[in-house]
Amino acid sequence: MKILLEHANVPGIKTYEVYRQNGGYRSVEKAIKSMTPDEVVEQVKASGLRGRGGAGFPTGLKWSFIDKKSGKPRHLVCNADESEPGTFKDRYLMEYIPHLLIEGMITSSYALGCNLSYIYIRGEYMWVFRILEKAIKEAYAAGWLGKNILGSGYDLDLHVHCGAGAYICGEETALIESLEGKRGNPRIKPPFPAVSGLWSNPTVVNNVESISAVPWIVNNTGEEYAKIGIGRSTGTKLISASGHIKNPGVYEIELGLSVDEFMNSDQYLGGMMDDRPLKALVPGGSSVPILPANLIFKNAEGGDRLMSYESLSEGGFQSGSMLGSGGFIVYNDTTCIVRNTWNFSRFYHHESCGQCSPCREGTGWMEKVLHRIETGHGREEDIELLWDIQRKIEGNTICPLGDAAAWPVAAAIRHFREEFEYHVRFPEKIKNRDHFVAEPFEKVRHLVAKQEI
Amino acid sequence: MEISNAKQVINIDAQLMERINELLSHYPADKKKSALLPVLHEVQDAHDNWLSIELQDKVAEILEIKPIEVYEVVSFYTMYNQKPIGKYMFEFCRTSCCAIRGAENLMDYTCEKLGIKEGETTPDGMFTVVGVECLGACGYAPMMQLGDYYKENLTKEKVDQIIEDCRNGKVNLH
Repeated sequence: MKILLEHANVPGIKTYEVYRQNGGYRSVEKAIKSMTPDEVVEQVKASGLRGRGGAGFPTGLKWSFIDKKSGKPRHLVCNADESEPGTFKDRYLMEYIPHLLIEGMITSSYALGCNLSYIYIRGEYMWVFRILEKAIKEAYAAGWLGKNILGSGYDLDLHVHCGAGAYICGEETALIESLEGKRGNPRIKPPFPAVSGLWSNPTVVNNVESISAVPWIVNNTGEEYAKIGIGRSTGTKLISASGHIKNPGVYEIELGLSVDEFMNSDQYLGGMMDDRPLKALVPGGSSVPILPANLIFKNAEGGDRLMSYESLSEGGFQSGSMLGSGGFIVYNDTTCIVRNTWNFSRFYHHESCGQCSPCREGTGWMEKVLHRIETGHGREEDIELLWDIQRKIEGNTICPLGDAAAWPVAAAIRHFREEFEYHVRFPEKIKNRDHFVAEPFEKVRHLVAKQEI
Repeated sequence: MEISNAKQVINIDAQLMERINELLSHYPADKKKSALLPVLHEVQDAHDNWLSIELQDKVAEILEIKPIEVYEVVSFYTMYNQKPIGKYMFEFCRTSCCAIRGAENLMDYTCEKLGIKEGETTPDGMFTVVGVECLGACGYAPMMQLGDYYKENLTKEKVDQIIEDCRNGKVNLH
């Protein structure tokens, strides 16, 4: 079942004409001509669509919070600042079917009563920025944007705005600051953007994929959308798969597909690259806990693990993870978990905006401690030290970047503690960057066990 | 990134000004500051890919904001360069998904070939190599950004070819 990528392979779908010939912009016609804005909101609520940026908050509910009483101008801002390591799905949508997002922005803006909306795209996607700029011009020329759309009296201006290299701008209040021409420092909530967002006006910020699902929902009803998927994980989800697999890329799956089928069937990832053993999986972008091989296809109770919000988080942080943004990173037995965790910590240290001390300082400490363990200068007590630092960051910052930096470290220690011990005890064996390529950890694991007598 | 005192020839020509005005038209008339990030990109692209203090002052003047409001933004976002850099800046993604597919070794190879260390520029001013964080091309690793475009699924051979193409002026940056 394809909703977002249904027409992805139609030649020329990037252009307005072909997109329109394939049923494009029908949802705008339907919404504006035959539905009230509130009826559109009700359909999105009924669909059960959950925010596809990573948090999974129900989109319709988020929409219902927008302040319509104050009489201030309202804005819809699309979050296209895709920067979570492992995630490259929004780029695919915007690059190949730019009009789908624009159609979603128009229909959604109508539902929210916005007359000025923006797409905030990360600055590195500059060629995609230009694709969107062109597509927006086409939509204006065809009368889908501007004054008095379809003779309804409804006006909408839509523009694309580019960032300049800051992961933090994917956090919605930092994104708003950045759209105002400032540093991307997250704001303290409340007030929430739904009350006071862009230029202090009521604002909704939604991910590219969430907004791109709205046209289908409006065309086919929320009830039909809710029939797809499993339980509270309704609809389809784009998964961007990378790492040691045969077929990396972007896939649209029906939520509820088993992790086993997704990983191993030829229709999807086709199994492990070079047929090496699977070691670990990060199922939802770098911020979510890493899972060891024994908790990937089955949960701790032995039940099948499915690609859904609920199933991937079964077992909590003890034995589960999260669907997150759908950034599916697969690691084989040559991967060094310590090195990979250091790599993630360096990322979060680099991307911390610096407002909150626990995050600004803590991410740097974790990077330093992990680096010394990885390069053979670690101490026995470093593992406890790391645990202590991550625990003190989590929950103690304005925005979730602190949590996102803490969780991967906690999960790595929880599931791969022996590997950290090995690094500390056998510094001479890890001198080379690719130490587990020549000799995977499985082959030397016994050395750690022997020492523990 | 350190700040440079190098001099820069400032040239905001009619074409660039037209583009700046187009960008300004995307925001309410009293919210010119909102155009700052996109305007800085355009101005930097037209000035050898870096922003001197003088150039930042000029941007402040155009947007009718204080110079400090521009400085604090330029120093926050990684895509703005505060010192002269090579004509061709190879920005290798070094985050997890690229790292496990050989990005670090490939960046070392590139540096060695060009005779520089990561973060440095070749003496002729042609090439700069830097390691950057996740660029959102994880499934096409290893990769680098070059100007406005991505070069993906890289190998040593492909890097050799890109360097060759740069030297022959065959690479489009914008």
